[in-house]
Amino acid sequence: MMVQTPILALFMADLLGLLLLIPAGLFALQVLRHWDPSSGRAQQLRLEKRTHLVAAILGLVLLTQILALPLFVHTVDRMALQIVGAMCAVGTLNANFWGLPALLLRIGLFFLAAAWLLMHRMDKLAPDYPLIRAKYGLVLLILPLAAVTAGVQLAFFLQLDPDVITSCCGSLFSQGSESVAAHMAGLPALPTMFALYGTIGLALAAAGVYLRWRRALVPFGILATLSFPVAIAAIVAFLSLYVYEHPLHHCPFCLLQPDYGRIGYALYLPLFGATAIGLGLALSAAFARRQSLRDVLAAAAPPLVITAAAGLTLFAALAAWITSQSNLILIGY
Amino acid sequence: MTELRRTLARQRYLLDYTVASMSRRRTRNLGLLLVYVGMVFLLASVLFYSSALKHEAGLLLAEAPDIVVQRMVAGRHALIPAQHAESLRGIRGVRVVEGRLWGYHYDPAVRANYTLLVPPADDVEPGTAVIGPALARARGAGIGDVLSFRGQDGTLHPFRIAAILPQESALASADLFLVAESDFRALFGIPEGQYTDIALQIPNPREERTVAEKVLEALPDSRPILRAEMLRTYDAVFDWRSALVLLPLSGALLAFAILAWEKASGLSADERREIGILKAVGWETGDILSMKFWEGGLLSLLAFLFGTAAAYWHVFGLSAPLLAPVMQGWSVLYPDFRLTPAIDATQLLALFCLTVLPYLAATLVPVWRAAVTDPDEVMR
Amino acid sequence: MTARVELVGVRKIFNEGQPNAFRAIDGVDLSLPAGGVTVLAGPSGSGKTTLLTLIGCLARPTEGRVRLDGRDISGLPEPFLAALRRQTFGFVFQRFNLIRGLTVLENVMLPAYPLGTPHRALTRRAGALLQRLGVGHRAGAPVESLSGGEAQRTAIARALINDPTVLIADEPTANLDTALSLAFLEIVSGLRAEGRTLLLSSHDPLVREASVVDRVAELRDGRLVADRDTLAESAQ
Repeated sequence: MMVQTPILALFMADLLGLLLLIPAGLFALQVLRHWDPSSGRAQQLRLEKRTHLVAAILGLVLLTQILALPLFVHTVDRMALQIVGAMCAVGTLNANFWGLPALLLRIGLFFLAAAWLLMHRMDKLAPDYPLIRAKYGLVLLILPLAAVTAGVQLAFFLQLDPDVITSCCGSLFSQGSESVAAHMAGLPALPTMFALYGTIGLALAAAGVYLRWRRALVPFGILATLSFPVAIAAIVAFLSLYVYEHPLHHCPFCLLQPDYGRIGYALYLPLFGATAIGLGLALSAAFARRQSLRDVLAAAAPPLVITAAAGLTLFAALAAWITSQSNLILIGY
Repeated sequence: MTELRRTLARQRYLLDYTVASMSRRRTRNLGLLLVYVGMVFLLASVLFYSSALKHEAGLLLAEAPDIVVQRMVAGRHALIPAQHAESLRGIRGVRVVEGRLWGYHYDPAVRANYTLLVPPADDVEPGTAVIGPALARARGAGIGDVLSFRGQDGTLHPFRIAAILPQESALASADLFLVAESDFRALFGIPEGQYTDIALQIPNPREERTVAEKVLEALPDSRPILRAEMLRTYDAVFDWRSALVLLPLSGALLAFAILAWEKASGLSADERREIGILKAVGWETGDILSMKFWEGGLLSLLAFLFGTAAAYWHVFGLSAPLLAPVMQGWSVLYPDFRLTPAIDATQLLALFCLTVLPYLAATLVPVWRAAVTDPDEVMR
Repeated sequence: MTARVELVGVRKIFNEGQPNAFRAIDGVDLSLPAGGVTVLAGPSGSGKTTLLTLIGCLARPTEGRVRLDGRDISGLPEPFLAALRRQTFGFVFQRFNLIRGLTVLENVMLPAYPLGTPHRALTRRAGALLQRLGVGHRAGAPVESLSGGEAQRTAIARALINDPTVLIADEPTANLDTALSLAFLEIVSGLRAEGRTLLLSSHDPLVREASVVDRVAELRDGRLVADRDTLAESAQ
């Protein structure tokens, strides 16, 4: 294994998150069994007090993921130097079976933690804890996910051997090979463009519908969430090509490097934010059976919908600008 | 909009209260802050230093040849004949082929090894030498002084110091002793037509591996060393050395976490009463928690800033006297060099994860426990 | 300005389920009228303080229901309860419980911080309250330097900062001499005239027998044993 300080930092972050999530999970079981808001008994009072603790823990987990994601990506990118054949993060991730799953799991954990916190905020605004069961059910999902993420990351770094020759993004994303990444790279540019702007367009339309008529919050949330995989596919399929001005360079990580003006951040930050909000809203609205929650959503959701829509618009606008600005021409006029 | 303004106003009030409350309990917080700063300082020093060294190594190696071909006899490095260089010239992808002459000489006077080298341009006057700054310092030698080495044949070979290499090159040149080719061959008894190794320049980095394979085919008794591999090795060495230093620090980190936990749990009766009063007059648990998190946040921010600044000064200003021996290796001739400041976001993120996150995690539960104090307790 | 507080079948048990379980309130039905001064009397240990915390939404009953203006608030989450409490109730504690290290003015403004009230408006309101209670000139003084009477007035000002309908005072004259106690009753009278509801707990006969008191409820061993309408009595 390659021992490095950033890797130790990543382990630390995962370990801390996991250590705190375990009591949160145990508490979740208690809530799901004994919760009774009308009771004034000591147990109920204790349970209510613990909800604050769980919220704080999830907040810390989210903070951890916000730090760990860029740390992971950058570390893996740097390590490319030390791994034979790797030219950037993709090569390192590809060096063994656990690399890409480690990244994807971490992204999933980020989204779930963010969604939980959004649901918690909605829950707090209603006087009768409408989302309590949904929230603690979600905690019982987040806990094993955090454990698996930590385990997969550990496996990844343990098995990382500098001498094992890996392939760089050139071959990973090359149209010939079999992987999901290759299929994404192989997607033709024009249809993918339609898919991207179409999905975002539909999401914005749903946002408009919601803001005007207070309906269709769940569809908006779902569309905003769907935008994420579509956007990633779009980045791999054509957007990265425009940024690098190279018809074969599909790597989604090199966008983050200073050579390209770190434009990756301008793309990813609004995208992640919008998806996180969309997921949280979708989950909250899906469980909105009680009137109290519906009232809360009616009051609190619009600004969030606007923020998420703004994020998606930013992404689409930036994508369009990159496409038009680029010296590369993929689509004949 | 007013909702936002109210939220901001609320946070400002809580922050004001937190700052006032912290300054009321200055002594208590000061102890913790000092330890916190110390932790950040230690970790940051190690991080900055190792990455600066890696950076320097990278810069240095940028000048090194792409491939160095050494001849191996019975698994040991032996002299390589000039004819081998000819076979290498034919390999596609190789632009320049150069024989190099260099070796070690042990000086019992200072118990150090010098690296004797014939510079590529061979522009040192016979009978003279150009020496590195650390060497000059160790022997107390200046320009015009004469240093003599006992040669292969037992006779004394004097060298008059013609120049001393500049201080800025110290990392590379600390123990260098540059001589003319004729002097080198005379001193070590190396005949004409033999070299220490052969340096190759490969313009296209992607072909390095292929060329190395071809070198092995052409010269089965050779060992091609790629610069990329050397870089990897240096990186790996600095990495595990810094991890080596960090491991005992992990014990310190654990102690720090326990200290943080204790401080957060050990609320004096006075503090507990204060929280009770706040709740009794209308603050919620959420408000108390926000206040406590501001406290932890401010403390962390201060500690992070001070610790990082101190580490920066320690490493880049003082050249890390505490860390140098472990990180640079145990040798006698230390180059006295100034490290180029090279920090980036990744290191700071890693530092954050190793110091602030543990602090937050350790104080989370105690802070919560304090915040959920029942307001009616203050009535009793 | 109304706030009707009703307690129905309220019990409060501490250390529930443990060997040292203790019933502080053991089945109380109480309806607090809107307006007027009510005194909770009874020996120490009778549960007066606990009953105050239940009425003032500082604590939740183990059993029974608490209603505010007809609305059942026993099961409300803490943030909602706290919000109601801020709007409806002001507390004056027996030991005043002012926060040391802060000035008089800061102490008075404290309960309004979570509301995010704009700073200038809040300062003005606090200053006006202090003026009204005769301690305006001590606004910038640290609370440690206050006399007993001044401290109590500061505590009252703090209790009034959010303009609550009900003011609750726990043993208000316990640390005061007769002169200051009478002064306190003066303030009570003034607040009563504004239409606020006042609830005092006291075993001080000076308070129980004060003319300003409309009603006296007696508590013993966690139960109400008497509930006299003194106003009606004195009218006879």
